[in-house]
Amino acid sequence: MDFEDTPLGHQKCDKEMDEDAAARKLPDWDPQAMLWNLSFLEHKIHQLRSMVHLIVQQQDCVSHRSNGLLAQQQQLVSADLTSIIVQLISTAGSLLPSSKTSPSTANVPRSVHVSEAVEQNNVIEHLEIGQAVNYVLEQNDIGKSNLTAAAVEEHEFKEEEDVEEGHDLHPGSYEVLQLEKEEILAQHTHFCLICAKGFKRDANLRMHMRGHGNQYKTPAALAKPAKDLSTEPVVLRRYSCPFVGCKRNKEHKKFLPLKTILCVKNHYKRTHCEKSYICSRCNNKRFSVSADLKTHEKHCGRDNWLCSCGSTFSRKDKLFGHVALFQGHTPVLPSDETKGSVSDGGESHELTTRAGSTRFNFSSGASSGIDIQNVLGSRNGEDDPSSSYSQMDFEACNFYGFPELPRIPSEVSEGSLSFLLSESSSVRNGGSLDDAL
Amino acid sequence: MGRFKPFEFLSDEIIFTILDSLSSSPLDLKSFSLVCKSFHSLESKHRKTLKPYSTELVNKILNRYPFVSSLDFSLCPRVADKTLCLISSSIGLKSINLSRSKFFTHLGVSSLVSNNCLTLTEIDLSNGISLNDSTASVISEAKNLEKLWLSRCVFISDMGIGCIAVGCKKLKLLDLKGCFSLSDLGVGLVAVKCKQLQILDLSYIPITNKCLPEIFQLPYLKSLALVGCCFIDDEGLANIRQGSLSLETLNMSYCPNVSHVGLSAVTNGVVSLRQLIIAYGSPVTVSLTDCMQRLPMLQSVKLDGCQLTSSALKAIGDWCISLRDLSLSKCVGVMDDGLSLLVAKHKQLKKLDISCCREITRLSMDSITNSCTSLTSLRMESCSLVSREAFISIGKKCHFLEELDFTDTEVDDEGLKSISRGSRLSVLRIGICLNITDEGLIHVGTHCPKLIELDLYRSPSITDLGIAAIASGCPNLEIINLAYSTDITDNSLLSLSKCTKINTLEMRGCPNISSTGFSAIAQGCKRLTKLDIKSCFNINDSGMALLAHFSQSLKQINLSYCSVTDVGLLALASISCLQVVTILHVDGLTANGLIAALVSCRGLRKVKLHTSFKSSLSQPFIEHIESRGCSFQWRDKPFQAAVDARSWKQQLEATL
Repeated sequence: MDFEDTPLGHQKCDKEMDEDAAARKLPDWDPQAMLWNLSFLEHKIHQLRSMVHLIVQQQDCVSHRSNGLLAQQQQLVSADLTSIIVQLISTAGSLLPSSKTSPSTANVPRSVHVSEAVEQNNVIEHLEIGQAVNYVLEQNDIGKSNLTAAAVEEHEFKEEEDVEEGHDLHPGSYEVLQLEKEEILAQHTHFCLICAKGFKRDANLRMHMRGHGNQYKTPAALAKPAKDLSTEPVVLRRYSCPFVGCKRNKEHKKFLPLKTILCVKNHYKRTHCEKSYICSRCNNKRFSVSADLKTHEKHCGRDNWLCSCGSTFSRKDKLFGHVALFQGHTPVLPSDETKGSVSDGGESHELTTRAGSTRFNFSSGASSGIDIQNVLGSRNGEDDPSSSYSQMDFEACNFYGFPELPRIPSEVSEGSLSFLLSESSSVRNGGSLDDAL
Repeated sequence: MGRFKPFEFLSDEIIFTILDSLSSSPLDLKSFSLVCKSFHSLESKHRKTLKPYSTELVNKILNRYPFVSSLDFSLCPRVADKTLCLISSSIGLKSINLSRSKFFTHLGVSSLVSNNCLTLTEIDLSNGISLNDSTASVISEAKNLEKLWLSRCVFISDMGIGCIAVGCKKLKLLDLKGCFSLSDLGVGLVAVKCKQLQILDLSYIPITNKCLPEIFQLPYLKSLALVGCCFIDDEGLANIRQGSLSLETLNMSYCPNVSHVGLSAVTNGVVSLRQLIIAYGSPVTVSLTDCMQRLPMLQSVKLDGCQLTSSALKAIGDWCISLRDLSLSKCVGVMDDGLSLLVAKHKQLKKLDISCCREITRLSMDSITNSCTSLTSLRMESCSLVSREAFISIGKKCHFLEELDFTDTEVDDEGLKSISRGSRLSVLRIGICLNITDEGLIHVGTHCPKLIELDLYRSPSITDLGIAAIASGCPNLEIINLAYSTDITDNSLLSLSKCTKINTLEMRGCPNISSTGFSAIAQGCKRLTKLDIKSCFNINDSGMALLAHFSQSLKQINLSYCSVTDVGLLALASISCLQVVTILHVDGLTANGLIAALVSCRGLRKVKLHTSFKSSLSQPFIEHIESRGCSFQWRDKPFQAAVDARSWKQQLEATL
C-alpha cells in the first residue's frame, strides 16, 4: 500500500481555492459553503482514520517493521492532520469580520494562523515548539517576511519583474502589501529561537536546529514544511515599493504592483540602492543585486564580436545582423591579429644571396671549392655542353653546410593542414579537393 | 645620318596598335624590342602585363616597364612581402595574380592595397592557405575591386569576408571555392552588401539554406556555382520565392539533397538561364526534365555522372527548345532507345559528350549522325559497343566536327579516312584504338591541316610513317601524345621537330627513342613546356644538355627510368622556368647530383622523388628548398617493367 501516491492533496487544494474565492466575493458568510467545508472536513477525517486503522492492522500482521517506514507513516499522518487543522482554521477565519474590512491587515492574522498551524504539527510531538508560535506572534514583522520568504526560499534566481499579472488585474482585485525598507534589506529572515542566530533560508535554520538537541533531528523536524501549506486560501496579493514617488509605490498614479517578495527585493535594490557589486573583470559594471553581477561575469569579456562603430556583441550572428543593417559598419578583427610589420633586410633577399653563394665542399682536393654557379655558367660558352661536366666528381660532394640556412616558418602547421585534408575527403568528392590543395 | 627612317613617320599610337596585335606571342614582342633602341623603349612603354619567372629581378623589370598595370606571379613559387612592398610603391597596379605563390603575408598585401587602393580592380589570392582574416580586412581597403579570387583560402572566416563585403562594394566576381571556414553569416553578408555581383562561386563552402534567399536576390547575378554544397536541400530552395532573374549559368553539381523540387523552385521564372549543370546529383527523372523545359533560353545541360532513365531522355527529346550542348558522360542508364529519341529532336546540337556510356551501340550513333549534322564536338570515349561502320557514317554526315574523342573505341582506318574529310578538325583523340594503323594517320595528316591536338596513347600499330605524315601535314600541332606507342623511333621525332608550335609532348614508354631524336625535338620545338619521357631508356645526358640549351620555356618534365645522370640533371636545372620535375628510378642519379640540381634550379615548385633519396637529403636542406616554394613528393613505387598495349588493355578490362 502506497500512501504517497494518493492524489488527495491536489484535489483538496483545488477545491479550497474555489472555496476561498467564493468566500472572498461574498460580504457575509455563506452557510452553503460552510456546510460544504464541514462535510469535506468530515470526509477527510474519515479518510485519515481509516488510514491509521490500516497502519495498526499492518503492525499487527508483520512483527518486524523497519523504523524508517514507521517514521514515514507517522509523517504522513501528521501532514494530513495539519492540513485538516489548516482547513478548519481557515473556515473559521472566513467568519471573522476583520478579514474583509482591510485587505492589508487581513493578511496578518491569516499568516499567523498558518504559521501557528505549521507549528501545530510539531506541537503534537514536541510541545516545546509552542514557544515558537508565541515568538512568531511577537515578532510579527519578521514572522510575516519569514513566512512569505519561505514560500520562495528555493528560488535562487532573480525573478523577472516583467512577467506580472498585475497589469491585467483591476486595481481592487488584489490586496497590496508594503514592506518597509529595513525588512527588504534585512540580511536574515529566519531566526533560531534558542540562540537568535539569523539565517537566509529556512533549510539552513533547520540544519542549525539539530545542534540544539535530539528532538530537532527527527525526520519530521528536518522535513521541509509540507507543501500543503500553499493550500491555504490564496488571496491575490501584490506588493508595493516603500519608496514614495516610485512607479511601484502604491501612491503613484499609474501604480504597477510587484508580484512577489523577491521582486520587491530586487526592484528596491536595483532602483533605490547603491550599486555596491563591481565586476572584477572589467572594473566598470556595477550591480546592486549579486545575482546580476554573476550573470554579467558569465559574459564579461566575451563580447569579442566587434563592429567598427564600437558596438560589441556576444554572438557572431548578432554582429553580422548589425553590420548587414547599417551602411558603412564593418566587422573589426581582434587587434592582436593585425599587428606586425615587414621585417627589415627582407628574408627573401637574404635567402637568395645565401643560396647563390652556397659553396659545395668537395672533399677531394682536385675539385674543391667549385662554385655551382660557375659550373652552370660555363655551359653557354662550350661547344659541346655535355663534355664540360665529365670531370666532375659528384660522389665526393659533401653537403653539410645547410643548418644555418634560413627557413621561413609557415603559419600553417602540418597538423592543421592534414586535418583539413582528412575533413575534405569526407565531403563527397574529396578527390577534387585533394587535387586542389 | 641622312638615311631614311620609315618608322619615324609612324606615330606611337600606330606602333602601339601593331604591338597590340602582336601581344598574343611573347617571343614576337621580344624580337620587336630587340630591333633598335626606339623600338625597345616603345615596347617598354606599351607593355601592360607582365608574367615574371622570378621575383629577384622585379626591381629592374619595373624600371624597364613603367606602365605595367597587371602582374602575374603564377610562375613564381615564392613571393615575399618585400617584393610586394617594392611593387606597390613603384607602379599603379590594377591587377595582380598571386594564386600560385607562397610566403607573403597580410603585411605585403596591405602595402599593395594601401598604395593602390583606388586603382586595384583584380586580385587573385587563390590557394592562399596561409592567409587569414587580417589579409581579408586589408583587401577590403581596395574600394574599386571588381574581381577577387579567394578559392581555397581555408583560414579566411566570416569576419574576413564580412570586411571584404563591406569594403569592396563594386565586386562583380567573387570566387570563394573551398573556403571551409566560411558559413551562412559571411556569405549572407556578401550577398547583402555586394549588389553588383555577377559571378559568384560558393562551391564546397559549408553553407546551408539560410543564406540562399539573399543570394538569389542579387539583381545582376549571372553565374552561380554551388558545387558540393551538401547542406542545401529542397526545403531551403523551395523557400526562395523567385530565382534570380538575371541568372545565366547555374552549377549545382554534387548537391545530393537537391531534387527536381528544389531545382524547379530555383529556376522558376528564370527565363535567362542558358546553362544548367547538375552533375553527380540526384537521379534525373521526368519531373526534373519537366522543370528544365520551362526555361526558354536553355542551351547547355550537363548531367555527368547522374542516373538517367530512358523516359527522362525521351522527355528531354520532347522539349520545344533545342539544346546546343549536352553532356551525359559517365551517366548510368543511357540506352539506345532513349538517346535516339533525344537526339532526333535536338537537331541544333553542337556539342555532345557521351563518354563512358558503355551501353550505346550503332543505333544511337546512326540517329546522332542523321539528325545532329552540325555537331562540332563529339566525345565518345569508351563507347566500345559502337561498331566500326558507325565512325564512317560520322565522317559522312557531320562536316563541322572540330573536336573528336574516340579514345578506347573500335574506330579503324576507314573511320579515320571518313572523318578526316572534314578539314576543320583541330582536336583528335584516338588513344587505345587498337584498330588504327599508319594508313589512317596518313589520311588525317593529308586532310587535317588545322589539327592542334593529337592523342595516340597506346596505339601499338603506329610507326614512323604515320607520324611523318602528321608532322608534314599538320604544322599547327601543339599537343601530341605518343605514350606507349612502342614502334615509334627517332625518325618520328626528327619529323615532328618541324612542328615548331609543339608545346606538349608525351612519349613515355617508347623504348626505341634515343638522344638523337630527342635532340632534334629540343632544337626544333623551342616552345616546349611539358615533356614526358618516362621509360625512354635510351635518352641520356647529351639529350638533356641540348634540351636545356634550346627549350628555355620548359616548365614540366618527367625523367623517370631514363639513362640520365647527375650531369644531365644539372644541365636541366639551368632552365630558369622549370617548375615540376619527376625523377623516379633514374639509376644514374646520385644524391649529391640531385642536391646540386635542386639548389641551382630556382623556380622549382614541385619535385617528385623516390623515397630512397629521402635519407640522403639532410632535413635542413629539404627545409631550405621548401622555403623557396618547392614542395617534395615522395613516392615508393616499385620498379615496373613495360607492358605491351594489348595485354595492358586486357588487364584493364579484367579490372573493370
